[in-house]
This record gives sequence, C-alpha cells and structure tokens, in this order.
Amino acid sequence: MSAPNKSYDPVEVEALKPDAIERMRTDALAAIAAAGDLEALTHVKTAHTGGGSPLALANREIGALPPQAKAEAGKRVGQARGAVNQALAARQAELEAERDARVLVEEAVDVTLPYDRRPAGARHPLTTLSERIEDIFTAMGYEVAEGPEVEAEWFNFDALNFPPDHPARETQDTFFVEGRGGSGESGVVLRTHTSPVQIRALLERELPVYVIAPGRVYRSDELDATHTPVFAQVELLAVDEGLTMADLKGTLDHMVVSLFGEGMTTRLRPNHFPFTEPSAEMDMLCYVCRGDSVGNPDRPCRTCSSEGWIELGGCGVVNPRVLTACGVDPEKYSGFAFGFGIERMLMFRHNVEDMRDIVEGDVRFTLPFGMEI
Amino acid sequence: MRVPLSWLREYVDLPAGVTGRDVQAKLISAGLEVETVEQLGAGLKGPLVVGRVLTIEELEGFKKPIRFCTVDVGDANSTGEPQEIVCGARNFAVGDLVVVVLPGGVLPGDFQIAARKTYGHTSHGMICSARELGMGDDHDGIIVLPPGSEPGADAIGLLELVDEVLDIAVTPDRGYCLSLRGIAREAAIAYGVPLRDPALLDVPAHNGEGYPVRIADPEGCDRFTARTVTGLDPEATSPIWLQRRLQKVGMRPISLTVDIANYVMFELGQPLHTYDRTRIAGAIGVRRAQPGEKLTTLDGAERVLDAEDLVITDDKGPIGLAGVMGGAHTEITDGGSTDVVIEAAHFAPIPIARTSRRHKLGSEASRRFERGTDPLTTSAAAQRTVDLLVGLAGGTAEPGVTEIASPAGPRTIAMPADHPDRVAGTEYGRETVVRRLQEIGCDVAGSDDLTVTVPSWRPDLSYPNDLAEEVIRLEGYENLPSTLPQPPAGRGLTESQLLRRRVGRALAGAGYVEAPSYPFVGAEAFDQLGLDEGDERRRTVRLANPLDDTEPALRTTLLPGLLGTLRRNSGRGAHDLALFETGLVFLPAAEQTAPPRLPVDRRPTDEEIAALEAALPDQPRRVGAVLAGARELPGWWGAGHTASWADAVEAARTVAREAGVDLTVRAGQYAPFHPGRCAVLSAGEQVVGHAGELHPRVTKAFGVPERTCAMEIDLDLVEAAGGARAEGPRVSTFPVATQDVALVVDADVPAADVEAALRAGAGELLESVRLFDIFTGPQIGEGRKSLAYALRFRAADRTLTAEEASAARDSAVASAAGRTHATLRGA
Repeated sequence: MSAPNKSYDPVEVEALKPDAIERMRTDALAAIAAAGDLEALTHVKTAHTGGGSPLALANREIGALPPQAKAEAGKRVGQARGAVNQALAARQAELEAERDARVLVEEAVDVTLPYDRRPAGARHPLTTLSERIEDIFTAMGYEVAEGPEVEAEWFNFDALNFPPDHPARETQDTFFVEGRGGSGESGVVLRTHTSPVQIRALLERELPVYVIAPGRVYRSDELDATHTPVFAQVELLAVDEGLTMADLKGTLDHMVVSLFGEGMTTRLRPNHFPFTEPSAEMDMLCYVCRGDSVGNPDRPCRTCSSEGWIELGGCGVVNPRVLTACGVDPEKYSGFAFGFGIERMLMFRHNVEDMRDIVEGDVRFTLPFGMEI
Repeated sequence: MRVPLSWLREYVDLPAGVTGRDVQAKLISAGLEVETVEQLGAGLKGPLVVGRVLTIEELEGFKKPIRFCTVDVGDANSTGEPQEIVCGARNFAVGDLVVVVLPGGVLPGDFQIAARKTYGHTSHGMICSARELGMGDDHDGIIVLPPGSEPGADAIGLLELVDEVLDIAVTPDRGYCLSLRGIAREAAIAYGVPLRDPALLDVPAHNGEGYPVRIADPEGCDRFTARTVTGLDPEATSPIWLQRRLQKVGMRPISLTVDIANYVMFELGQPLHTYDRTRIAGAIGVRRAQPGEKLTTLDGAERVLDAEDLVITDDKGPIGLAGVMGGAHTEITDGGSTDVVIEAAHFAPIPIARTSRRHKLGSEASRRFERGTDPLTTSAAAQRTVDLLVGLAGGTAEPGVTEIASPAGPRTIAMPADHPDRVAGTEYGRETVVRRLQEIGCDVAGSDDLTVTVPSWRPDLSYPNDLAEEVIRLEGYENLPSTLPQPPAGRGLTESQLLRRRVGRALAGAGYVEAPSYPFVGAEAFDQLGLDEGDERRRTVRLANPLDDTEPALRTTLLPGLLGTLRRNSGRGAHDLALFETGLVFLPAAEQTAPPRLPVDRRPTDEEIAALEAALPDQPRRVGAVLAGARELPGWWGAGHTASWADAVEAARTVAREAGVDLTVRAGQYAPFHPGRCAVLSAGEQVVGHAGELHPRVTKAFGVPERTCAMEIDLDLVEAAGGARAEGPRVSTFPVATQDVALVVDADVPAADVEAALRAGAGELLESVRLFDIFTGPQIGEGRKSLAYALRFRAADRTLTAEEASAARDSAVASAAGRTHATLRGA
C-alpha cells in the first residue's frame, strides 16, 4: 500500500483517470459476460473484484489524491465497482440457474415405473358388505347383536316357534351336533339361521330392542354355483310398542335405498315362517333394469331374469308366541324381523356369478374389493 | 303341487281368456308360491288323430324289428284310404286304437312330420308314444287308447294335450293347498268368483252295517270313514281323462282303483287307502304298533315298527303304516281285486311326521297328513271314491257305512276387529276384515270383538295374528304403506366389534388378504399338523350328519382351513401369499351335557338358560394368518425379502396392537411350528397364541410351499388383556441425545431379554431403544453375537448434558451386563 502522498500532482495519477477507470470497468464486464460457467466466473471475480484487481488498486489510490479530487475519483471508482458487482451477481444467478436446470434434467426418472414392492391386502367382501349393512342400521339407532354358531335347538327352533316334528324343521337341512356316545340327539345344532340371535337379544336386552345380527350359518347343502353349506346372513329384529308391518316395509325400503341408491324399493309376498306371523318373502326391485325388462323382450335383464324383482329373503311380524317364549308381553309389544343371505346380496350387488368364488378364498377374487365395499 | 288350469276351471269360473301366467300372478299375490307355469303341448300342431290298426307286416332284415302298418284314420287324410306307416314299436296289435300324426303335423320340440322313405317303405306319418306327445316319459311304447274313440277323431282334444300347469311350492302351514279344492278356493277369492266346492256331496251317515273299524288311539286318529264297493270289473281301465289328469299332476297311472284313490286325494286333499276286502282278516283297527312288530309296505321293504308308529291292523296284525303307506299283503292287485274297502281317515300330524321320518318314508299321503288335512272331508272323499268306482269300474256300493268320529267342536279365535289394522299399520275397517275372513271359510260373529270360527281345513289358524295375515294377504301385501319407526338412540358398535374391524383393516393394510374358510375338519388335518395323540386340539365337537365323512368335526384351530386356502391359491399359480382369517373355533366342554328341553310358553329362568349355555361348546374368536413366498418383492428398487417367521410374529403383534396390547414373545416348541422357529405369544402372563415358521413335515403334509409361516392368536384373550385407553403423552421439545451401544452376548441369549435389561437400566430418560444390527463372526468369538442398539434419551424439562446421557447409557449397559452377561463390544 502507498503512503499518503504529500507532494502530488493529481493529474499525474494514471490509474484514476476517467478513461482508465472506464477501461477497467469495460474489461471486467466483458470478462464476466465471457465466463462460461460458475468456475470461470469465480476466476473472473477474483481477477476483477479481488484485492489485486485493477479496480481495487485504483480504489486504494484515491487516498493519495488531493482532497478536492477525492470525491470525484471515489464516485467514479465506486460506480465502476458497483456495476461490476451487479454484473457478477447477475451472471452468477444466470449460471446457477443453468446448472440447476441441467442437474435436475440429469436427475429425472421414469415415474411410470411400477412399484409393487409390497403386495396389497384386502378384506373379504362378505365381511365388508356385512359391515356396510350394519352401518346402515347403527346409523338409525340399531345395535349389533351376536350369538354362537353352535347353538342349542331351543334357541334355533323351539323358541322360534318351530314345534318339534313340524315339517318346517325338516326344511332347514340342519347339521346336528353328535350327542354323548355318538347319538344324534344332542339338542345342539349348527345354527341354521341368525334368527336365534333374536331370542338371545330379547332375553338379554331391555325393551325396546332394535338389533341387527350378522353371522355365519350352516345348512347341509353341497357347495355348487348357487349353494354353500356355510354362509352369512344378516338378521334384523325390532320389538317395541306399536310396531307394524308397514314399519317393516319402510325399514326394508330404507335399506335397499342405502345399499343400491335412490328409487329402489321392495315388495312383500306372503310366505310362511314359524317365527313370524304374518310372514313374507321380500323382493327388491332389480337394481339393474329397475323393472324395465319385464315384458320387454328387446331388453332382457340377466340379473333378474327379466322378472323385475330379486328375491332377498324372509321377513314378517314377530310371532307373538316368540315374544311369549322370551317373556315379552305380546299384548303390549309387537315387532318385526327379517333375514337374508349376504352371499346372494354380494352376488347381485357386485355381479358375482359363482358362489364358489366367494367361498374358496382365491386372492384374485378378494383383492379388488379392498378395504370397504 | 301341480295344478292343471283345465282342471282348476272345473271349480272356478275364471274369466275367459285368462292365462296360466295371469293366474300365477294372482295366486302369488295371494301368497302361493307359483314357481312355474308349464305350457303343455306348446308348438303341437295336427293333424293328430285316432287311428285303428288294420294290418301289420313285420319287416325282416333290419337291426331292430320294424313294422309296416296300415291304419284307418277315417277322413283325416281326406282320402279315407288306410294310411301307410312304418313303426318301430311293438306294443300294439291289429284292431288297437292308436294316436297318429299325419304329414304336416308338428310334435312338441318342433318335430315336423312329413312323408318319408324308411326301411324300404314310405311312411305317411307316425304312430305316437306318450313321450313324443309330451304327456310324460314313463312309457317307451306307443299309446294304445282304450276303446270308444272313432278313427279320425282329433286326438289333441281327446288327450287334452294342450294345457297349462301351475307348479306351486306349498308352505308347511297351507296343507289345504295340496289339493285342487284348496287352490280353487284361493283362485275363487283372487278373482272374486264363486267356488264350486267338490267336497259338497251328499253323504250317508254311519249305519252300523259298514266294515267294522275299531280305533284304539283316538288321539292319533279322530275320524275314520270306511265304505265298501263290490263287483268291480277287473277289465276296467282308467279313462283317458283320469289318466291325463294324474299325469298332469305328476302321478303315474297304475290301475283304475288306485288311480281313483289318487285322483280323489288330489281333488279333495284327503288321502285314501283301498284294501282288497278278501285279504283283510276281521275288523280294521287303528292303534300304536307293538315294539318289534313287522310290516312289509307297498314298496316291498320290511319294516320293524316302533311303539310310536300308528298302524292300521286286521286280526293278524299291522296291514299299513297309518297315513304313510299301506301294507303289501292287502294291496289292490291290478285286475284281481273286485271288492274293495275304502279308508278315509284323519290322522294327527305329529305321529305321521315322526313315523315318516323314522322310516325315511315320505308319501303323498304323509305329506298331507303332516301338514294337517280337513277332518270333515273324510266322508265326502269316501263318497267321491265310491261314486267313481261305481261309475268307472262297474262296482256296486254296499249300503253299509262306517263313520267313526271323536267328538270335536269347531275351533274359534277371539280377535278385536281392528287387530289386522294394528298388525298391518293401515286401516282396513271391520267390514273388510269380516268379509275377508268369511271368504276363507270362517264364520264371524261380534262387532268390536270378533269371535271367528275357523274352517275345518285350516288347522294352521289358531291365533289372532294368523287371521290378521289372512286379511292382509288378501288385501294385498303390495298395498301396505311404508313407514319408518323411530328407534331410541343406540350406542353404536361395541368395543369388541370395533376391535374386529380394526384388526381386519390392520392386517389387510399390512398386505394380508382375508380368506374365511369352512370350519369342518377331520383327523387327517390334525395328523398333518403333527399334533400328538393327546393334543387338546384333537378333542372336537363332532357332527352327527357331516357333509363329508372324512371331515366330521368342527375346527379347534384356524390353521388347517387357512393352509387349505393357501394350497389352493398356490396350486392356481400364486406364489407370494399372505392370508388371514378371523373366526370361531369350537372347544368342547370337559363333560358334554345335554341341554334341557325348555318350555316356550314363558320366559325360561336364568338357571334354565344357564343350563342351555352349559351344553354349548366354548367358541372363542381367533385370528390366524399364513404366508409364503415373498413378503416384499424384488424389483428395480433392489432386493425383496422372503416371508419369514418374523413376519408371522409381526402379524400377531399387529393384531395385538389394535387391542392396545404389547405382546411378550418367547421361544417355544408347539406343533405345527418348526421347533427352533416358534414364538409363544403372551399378553401379560396369559399365553394368547403362537407364531413362526411351520415344521417342514407340516408344509409337506399340507402341500404348501416350504418355509410357509403362520400365526394364530386368540382375539378374545387379547381383547380382555387390552382395553386401557391410550394416555396422551407429554411431548418434550428439548433435543434428543443419541447413544449407540454394541453388546456382545452368548448366541442363545434372546434379544428380547437384552432389550428388557437395557430398558430397565436406562431409567426415565430413555425415549426409545432400537436394535439396528446383529453381527457374528470371528471378531466376536464362537457362540457369541453382537447386538447394536440405538438408545435415544430425552428429558421433559431440559436439554440433557453429555454427562447425563452417558450416565444413562452406562446404567443401561450395566443392567444388560448384569442380566444377560453382555459386554460392550471393543471394551
């Protein structure tokens, strides 16, 4: 560094001449513009703004000027250095953006690559469909009731008004549990329907009773495209003061609308079940053709065989004798009940053609149903 | 019950033009399950005429005997000349009347008839069999008509070939609908037209001159009508109309007397039996059988009778199983019986049902008696039978009439007139209620409170709701309003139900596919699992009537079912499988008790209910899982990993976690698991299940992939162990201090013990401990392993100093050293 100049002639300081400063600036800007990458720019920065750069040296010389010349020279050098720094920053940003763009392009991947690293799981549609039905009714205030699958005949038959030796018992294709010493008279069966849960609910719960009872049931049918010896049912029971068959109809209508959408409805046809009186077979409007296929050969419906209706299951007004067997006063209380098979519901709600697909546990069948149905 | 429309019209004036489908719809609406309407003679087209066989020339030299016939078909062929027809059947002779379809005719199945050259002759038409005409397929030969028809007469009308037959599935309560009379009553109501009741006949009263009958069991048989017809023409055969009606309802014509009895049964619903009078010894009796008595029934089977069986007897012993089947000895023989005794009785339903079931012998008669027949129809049915035997078989009715009846008044039901309204939830009004009840045959008295006398053919009507159903069905179920009741507020799903759903979702989320299986097992499955002879799981609940005799028991473990499903999937080409099932297993009580027979006319007492429950097996809910192949697949991202015992243990932990239970795992040996790769899973002190890799012999026996892994856990026990609500933790925002330690222990020291020791020693500052590496090798020494743990320490109220964190770590290490003889690696 030069010592302060005591004897000077300002005109004689070459470095601070305006054209010299201008040249330095021009040189620097040219070098900055010429820097092709960030590394070159670093060198340019050192060369033109570093301690040994012409502008830095010129700046140092300002102190040697006479006071009257300092201001102007300082201004000139300052402006030049400002311009150079600005150009450097701009070029730096420009080159960084260029580099980033290039790197990100290089880092690009094929996002269409498949990723089946961990195979998916699924819940069985019988489970999830059953839950969906439970949810419809729990939303209305019903509770979910349950009972054992190996059941006493009293619950499965007697209390449901199946008299002993009545032909109705014979229609149930019952699996009997072997008694002591291999006899068939154990008084215990695999429940043939979820209806014994009606009895358990009435015995265990405070009135009024509004329950939905899903569960596994058993009938000694061989497995084929439309039958399975082990299947799932859903039972509903409502016992309260003043319940009517119209309430049953309304409840069924609500269920099919919830499961299949607006415009759906049900139809009751007389039938016979020991535990209901009056009893009915319940049909629902075919959710595919909505009845349009009836008498319309041009537009046949496979789902309902152009009948317009699909048979769902049995229902009716709880037989007062069932209430009596449960200690419920039939003069004061009345009720309604229905039950139907989940497999059937699954078959027509989801276009399943063969019962065997439902029971065999092939993962290809179950996976598309996912977590909820 | 098959109902020919032509027969139905005999009792009901159905509107002209009404089709079988129309009647079907009406009857369905009234509550009869009309399953099909069969169109008899659909597509049939004449000329189909009566012909008389004039000549028969036997043609020789063919593989089967062939006849070249000439047949007189009157003017039907418009020439009057004999028709030349080739025929392959042989059951006819010159002079017989046969049914001939002439060229231009069409038989059912679109079988077009034209003159054609065959066996060296031109056949101008065909002589028809019953099968070809769609009359039934019980006869191979051609139809030979009884005498009386003229050649050339139209056979389509004569044989009533065009008809509609409703097939009705009759529910057990409506026994009266197992007759034309009953169906006609429903049809008459449905169309609002009068019924011509075929049972309304003039019948003679008991006169003491009839065949003697003694009833020793009036409970089992409260009515018995016996009539006698003599001098039957042994040559008489059933007329065409009678045969046709029986064919249409599904009965095979047999002989005139038997056909008449069957005809009357279908007409009136009253089963009849006819005895050859010459073969009955003395009075007819009705009593219970003596144990060990024998009877050979009409089907040729010799049956050993039970003391409960109701039998018909003569002086020599049983001659029939009452209401089920007659005995062979007194059978009417075709053409041999000229004097018959007719039995028309009313038997109680339950003894008939029991006998039918006991002897595995169902009949048209037992089907009707089981459901309840009309006790007041016995005399009319006997009279109708007499009339037909006289009219068709040339018999003479003997004047003697036996009519035994236990005194029984009409049955009445008291019912408020608005009861049907209250059951239905709509307003019919008293007038409608009374009218509907009268239509079904009730007598109704009273105004607000009705006294309803039910008709004798409706034993199913006993309670007010039975009557309400009649009113509501006749007014139309389709006209019921649709209303929604307002249940009280519910409490939603129970904790247990919620847990089950969470478990299902958690396992499915972890890649498992739910696969419920049948619960039927046999000894083979237990052998395949490698269970010891004395293994508790071999004690099963057994079925008296299994579908498959090799699987007579109910499962005590979910694994056989799951492994079967795994094998099926694997056999169908799936390799990477993870399956689970949630379901009950069935564990018999130590001592099997028989449930008490409880009453149904009151609520059982708590003790009675407890006795019932005690007779049931324990039925806990389990969750099981099996897995094979890759748990994670290899791919462009790198290596995968094969499903292992650790995944099985993790599946169990996943289940337990949903119940808020932290499982304790220790090594154990338990079939069907690999003895060195079996985890015993506990919640607290309670063992709740097992997990691990299956024994190689088990995978081989089940035919599942090697190294298949499995777990089974008792969800009820897990649920009982959990249940505590999660406490909201206080989240510290001070920095964490991490310390890694590598501990060297003997190879057989369980990692769980080391971790427990670290936790115990680390104190409250420990936030987490994680095993991140296991190392074995010469540097560690033979029989030793190095376990590397990451310990994270944090305080709730301050930043830990390095000294504090080190002190906690040292304490943890010291604890591990003390409990597991661990040494710090490198120390």
